[in-house]
Amino acid sequence: MVKGTQFLNLKDSGDPVELGKKYSEEGADELVFLDISASQEVRPPVVELAEKVAKEVFIPFTVGGGMNSAEAVRMALLAGADKVSLNTAALSQPGLISFCAERFGSQCIVIAIDARKRAEGGWDVFTHGGRRATGIDAVQWAREATERGAGEILLTSMDGDGTRTGYDLDLTRAISQAVDVPVIASGGAGRPSDLCDAVRYGLADAVLVAGILHEGHYTIQELKVAMEQDGFPMRMVSPGLSTLVRELG
Amino acid sequence: MIAILDYGINNLRSLQNALDRIDVKWETTTEPDHETKLIIPGVGAFGAAMERLRPLKDSLQQMAKSGVPIMGICLGQQLLFSRSEEFGSHEGLDLIAGTVSYIPKVAGLKIPHIGWNKLEILREDIIVSLVPNDSYAYFVHSLVVKPEDSSCVVATTEYGVEFASIVQAGHVWGCQFHPEKSGDIGLEILRNFANC
Repeated sequence: MVKGTQFLNLKDSGDPVELGKKYSEEGADELVFLDISASQEVRPPVVELAEKVAKEVFIPFTVGGGMNSAEAVRMALLAGADKVSLNTAALSQPGLISFCAERFGSQCIVIAIDARKRAEGGWDVFTHGGRRATGIDAVQWAREATERGAGEILLTSMDGDGTRTGYDLDLTRAISQAVDVPVIASGGAGRPSDLCDAVRYGLADAVLVAGILHEGHYTIQELKVAMEQDGFPMRMVSPGLSTLVRELG
Repeated sequence: MIAILDYGINNLRSLQNALDRIDVKWETTTEPDHETKLIIPGVGAFGAAMERLRPLKDSLQQMAKSGVPIMGICLGQQLLFSRSEEFGSHEGLDLIAGTVSYIPKVAGLKIPHIGWNKLEILREDIIVSLVPNDSYAYFVHSLVVKPEDSSCVVATTEYGVEFASIVQAGHVWGCQFHPEKSGDIGLEILRNFANC
């Protein structure tokens, strides 16, 4: 099954709670809220956001950004997040992945990987919201992270991000083939066919869409209809349901 | 009013938020009062949960007999059954006769089963009132329930095998998925329970 997910840039996309609510009503299957400002606070700001989102959104959602301790992860889950995404902290203290996976369950530990092509082939992992190169090989890191207990990989192609020229299919396929947990492709979606390609050729388990939704180029419904027509079964929401209930009740 | 059973291993927040959303009053309780409708939520391991719930077993059976509606969600549904094979063998609350076992491994399907999947509604029941057949619900689980009496099954879902995703026996209901995370369909199911 393919999920349509949203990447919310907290700074640029308006009120994240309102957007999340809107996308949830329009048929998103999951939501991802990432605070890429990489705060160093004990209680990351995204925890407070999780609390607000959980009151308005009744589909699964992931939060990430500033998740630098098991305590931060615990707070985010208690606030109502279903999954927590680790990035920089997972690389600097890989033990955090196993610790959190054992304590909270692999199903809620997502490892976000921001990767960029190397001139000599392969992909480098970047941290700190894509600002710092690590020299670590992305495929290697994905493998290690899942061996340590990560339940999902959120894979962003930094080369593709914002270009609208399609997901990095080689990168997505390389990671998908290296791990046996779901891989969410992100970065580069421009047209509905890009989403289909990420699943069909990139072997992604889910696709994340941000810019083309925020800017109104497509609606979730349009993307889902296009994917369904291309042979991917999709969950379609029936917007009339709650109205119907109200009328009968 | 709905009481949410808090047996110490759960995050109840999402369920509380969902009940708030549909304007259903709730309270959390560590001991059911035999009058208030009860939801048994649950994430985690069967054995550990039963350690906490064993002292309440008689009282919950009494409640079920007297017709106070009880709903189990996810692990909470599995706990309603007689026995589970998760990490050994554990006795359950035995409100519905049957067993809980691991999802059989099928090539290409990952376990736990995580994600949206379809409900095939087999028969009418108040809990699925206004819920269209083939609606999607959100699942996170590695085990499934099997009632002795197959007429307890209200809906099934397919994941390599077909399993019971909604069950009902008397005034006891169980959902394998998370209605509090299943969008409008999930809220509808919670509303149906609140209204039953």
